[in-house]
Amino acid sequence: MKDDSPISGFLVQALLVSIVAVGGVNAVLPELHRQVVDIHHWLTDKQFADMFAIANASPGPNMLIITLIGWYLGGFAGAVLATLALCGPTCLLTYCVAQVWEKFKDAPWRIAVQAGLVPVTVGLIAASAYLLARAADHNAVAYALTAATAGISYFTRINPLWAMGAAVAFGYAGFV
Amino acid sequence: MSDSTAAETLEQTNVPTLSEIFLGFLGIAITGFGGVMPWAQRMLVEKKKWLTPEKFAEDVALAQFLPGPNIINLSIVVGSRWRGPLGSLAAVTGLVGAPVVLMMICGTLYARYGDAAWLSGPLAGLSASAAGLVIAVAAKLATPLLRGKRIMAICFALISFIVIAFLRVPLWWVIFILGPLSVAAFWWRLK
Repeated sequence: MKDDSPISGFLVQALLVSIVAVGGVNAVLPELHRQVVDIHHWLTDKQFADMFAIANASPGPNMLIITLIGWYLGGFAGAVLATLALCGPTCLLTYCVAQVWEKFKDAPWRIAVQAGLVPVTVGLIAASAYLLARAADHNAVAYALTAATAGISYFTRINPLWAMGAAVAFGYAGFV
Repeated sequence: MSDSTAAETLEQTNVPTLSEIFLGFLGIAITGFGGVMPWAQRMLVEKKKWLTPEKFAEDVALAQFLPGPNIINLSIVVGSRWRGPLGSLAAVTGLVGAPVVLMMICGTLYARYGDAAWLSGPLAGLSASAAGLVIAVAAKLATPLLRGKRIMAICFALISFIVIAFLRVPLWWVIFILGPLSVAAFWWRLK
């Protein structure tokens, strides 16, 4: 950790990331990397890649790479403030919209908005599934792990953590 | 809204308490390897049955179209519907609390050892598996559209999939252009 703590600058970044994070962490990662590594030099390229790996490997929202960077730059307070910057403002907005949303749950405009947004969202999630699989799958073992997990999760009631555990073991052994 | 009490009592049969909300989202968070949405679907819809598949799809759509991390928005939306502001607080602290502590522990270890390269092998396996989970989420969300032969919905889902997956248009294009177009089409049809 450095003496001239860059945490205040990073909090602004966390807030911006939160606002544009309509598509999950993968959508904001390039911009976050540009700001944190290329422009402000708060982290090296390797540190950023390592933190991305840690945030992805740990359970919980992957967006918490923000918390991890906050911790690295500003200790406990940095982690807490970065998390609040990430979640606070957008949570308030979502809460307010949710109130309006519930109040007008039988209004024709709301029924139309909902009917319109659901299929677009289904398409978006399908697209992110496709892009995740393309990024992760470089050999037959990886494709098989993806397909097996998808099949187990869709067709059975088996906890997919078993599939994930097996996949991690395959990865550790160097097969993926 | 006293005239809709019948519908409300029907909905409220499955309303979780504050501690159930907190523990439910805590459970989602700590099992949520490689992305949390699949685990939210599993917990909220399949295990606890707090949400029907349709309601889950609607709430995810709302969470997706608002700024902020989707899964965190989702916790706010469902928490507030069940128990107001405290419900939202219980959901979001359950979802974020433990992972934040975990991030601090990981941060401390990382600062000491300064290397996470050994993670690359296990993470490659985890990522491949996590992609499969998201495929299953997409399939579960798409199933009602396909079963119901809802042609217009299927068309908009396909367009949304193709422009992001293959044409690689920026996401804001879908949020600000395709979303409103789809809403307008349904508005016109429902009128």
